[in-house]
Amino acid sequence: MYVAVKGGEKAIERAHQWLNEERRGNKQYPSLSVHQIQEQMKLAVGRVMAEGSLYDPELAALAIKQASGDLVEAIFLIRAYRTTLPRFGSSLPINTDKMRCKRRISATFKDIPGGQILGPTYDYTHRLLDFKLLAEEDYEASELNLEDYPAEIKEKPHILELLNKEGIIEQEIKSETFTGDITREPLELPASRALRLQILARADEGFLLGIGYSTQRGYARNHAFIGELRVGFVTVEMEIPELGFAIEIAEIELTECETVNQFQGSKTEPAQFTRGYGLIFGQQERKAISVALVDRALRWRELGEEYTGSPAQDEEFILYHCDNIQATGFVEHIKLPHYVDFQSELELLRRMRTEVETCGELKE
Amino acid sequence: MTDKFQNYNFAYLDEQTKRMIRRSLLKAIAIPGYQVPFASREMPMPYGWGTGGVQLTAACLTPGDKIKVIDQGADDTTNAVSIRKFFEKTAGIKTTFKTNQADIIQTRHRIPEEPLVDGQIIVFQVPIPEPLRFLEPRESETRKMHALSEYGLMHVKLYEDISIHGHISTSYAYPVKVEGRYVMDPSPIPKFDNPKLSKSAALQLFGAGREQRIYALPPYTSVTSLDFEDFPFSRLRAQGNCALCGATESYLDEIITNDKGTRSYICSDTDYCNSRTELGHLGNGLDEVES
Repeated sequence: MYVAVKGGEKAIERAHQWLNEERRGNKQYPSLSVHQIQEQMKLAVGRVMAEGSLYDPELAALAIKQASGDLVEAIFLIRAYRTTLPRFGSSLPINTDKMRCKRRISATFKDIPGGQILGPTYDYTHRLLDFKLLAEEDYEASELNLEDYPAEIKEKPHILELLNKEGIIEQEIKSETFTGDITREPLELPASRALRLQILARADEGFLLGIGYSTQRGYARNHAFIGELRVGFVTVEMEIPELGFAIEIAEIELTECETVNQFQGSKTEPAQFTRGYGLIFGQQERKAISVALVDRALRWRELGEEYTGSPAQDEEFILYHCDNIQATGFVEHIKLPHYVDFQSELELLRRMRTEVETCGELKE
Repeated sequence: MTDKFQNYNFAYLDEQTKRMIRRSLLKAIAIPGYQVPFASREMPMPYGWGTGGVQLTAACLTPGDKIKVIDQGADDTTNAVSIRKFFEKTAGIKTTFKTNQADIIQTRHRIPEEPLVDGQIIVFQVPIPEPLRFLEPRESETRKMHALSEYGLMHVKLYEDISIHGHISTSYAYPVKVEGRYVMDPSPIPKFDNPKLSKSAALQLFGAGREQRIYALPPYTSVTSLDFEDFPFSRLRAQGNCALCGATESYLDEIITNDKGTRSYICSDTDYCNSRTELGHLGNGLDEVES
């Protein structure tokens, strides 16, 4: 009996076998291929790449399959793999001005140079279950020809830069120095804005959504407009020392969100529009917007705003709790045996109760 | 599985990472009890499962080493099995259940009953390295408090415990002071184990992966559990003997032996218990002890 309490090797082995059976499910249905997941569950793949902080759609799809669709578990698989990869160097900063946009919208200006592109979005779908998808042959060819879209790569300027010309929006300061790498250096506070954005880029979507939402409901309110939200492909370039120039090494899909926020001015800054920013792997608009909201709220000190004690303003609170791999590990670790600590609590409690009982008896 | 792991370096971590950890370790050993930030890596087991300890063990392992892994004092608890297998797989290392044969002991929540000896390393898995965390949640504040040796808050907490409960209501992760300087969290070992921390012949290393901190006690470091002159520190163990080996001094696990809640006790340190039974010591047996 006491052996069973302590578990052991056999239990682990059997548990893994059982898990594997559960993952595969009913074998009368064909096994999902990694490429099916990669192609047909793109948004999940995007989330796993972003929070796993590794751009590799195939491995992300593999992780989703292996994790039975538990995205946090899949993210964990990717993180654990990523950490073993050697670092060759850093790419040049990507230029999102040159994004091949499949989606580009603005909530601040109706007509913008380069035009708005609605692109593939669930935004205006009616959320009615499409029972056609239950059928085996669910796909109806559309009249779209996406083969050579976009036919030409046109540079699309960032919309908020148009406000910049008028001087009524704050100027972004170009950082010339290396921003640091949160996966190679321990986090020390206060963190720079660039470092915060790096952390938020791989933070848990749900956590950021909740915190971002709280800013809209009065906890560090900073009323935000979506200046521009764009989704598309950007080339990644890297300078190769042996060559002496930069070459293209990859093309990645990104979502970029720039918010324009009200700002009444402070002791140090004139009244002007301010910005929040979010940049995420894959098509992840909810996350990009949330990051921009939280980014803006965290900038209270730099802009000379009041600290209202709201969670969204609290850098230490946000940065220490936004990572879902850290959070899930620690929250779930209480499943592990705590026999020893519990035993000592039990003893202490019994001792305290005995003492109270003895005191009572003495009085009587 | 084996093929996959052959792609990984000895003991999983790459040499650059090990070097980074060893540097932090040296600093930690040079300033006993001080929490050194380090760039903790994502490990293939979850945070909270001992990633800090695993990284320290990986950084200290050399191919000839023999390693022992315990969780709750036992070699055969699931997580101890899992971590031991991890090192067998990634380092091809020899393992042992014997405390006195291990070069490195990785532990969660216990210090073995048998005194450690010169040359041994014990690695503790640490969930929350900051002893002041539950008094002050902000890291930026607690670092300042350590820098200034501002430990009044902790003493007030212990005092309030006594005035309210008649006891210091901390029974595990009981705070200690290292060489009269840093207040340190000994990891969630029962306070029964606290005296073993002091003047230990072994090198004691503490790793907190999620919190990115390493700290250490070099051999023969003086460690005192916080207390008051009129309320001296006392150890705490269940009032009983081990049902298997009859030990009267060891830390005990409580076992519920039937539906009526009848209790019995066995040593939490399985190697200690087995060694005693091998020597012929016997307890009263599991079923014969009444609650």
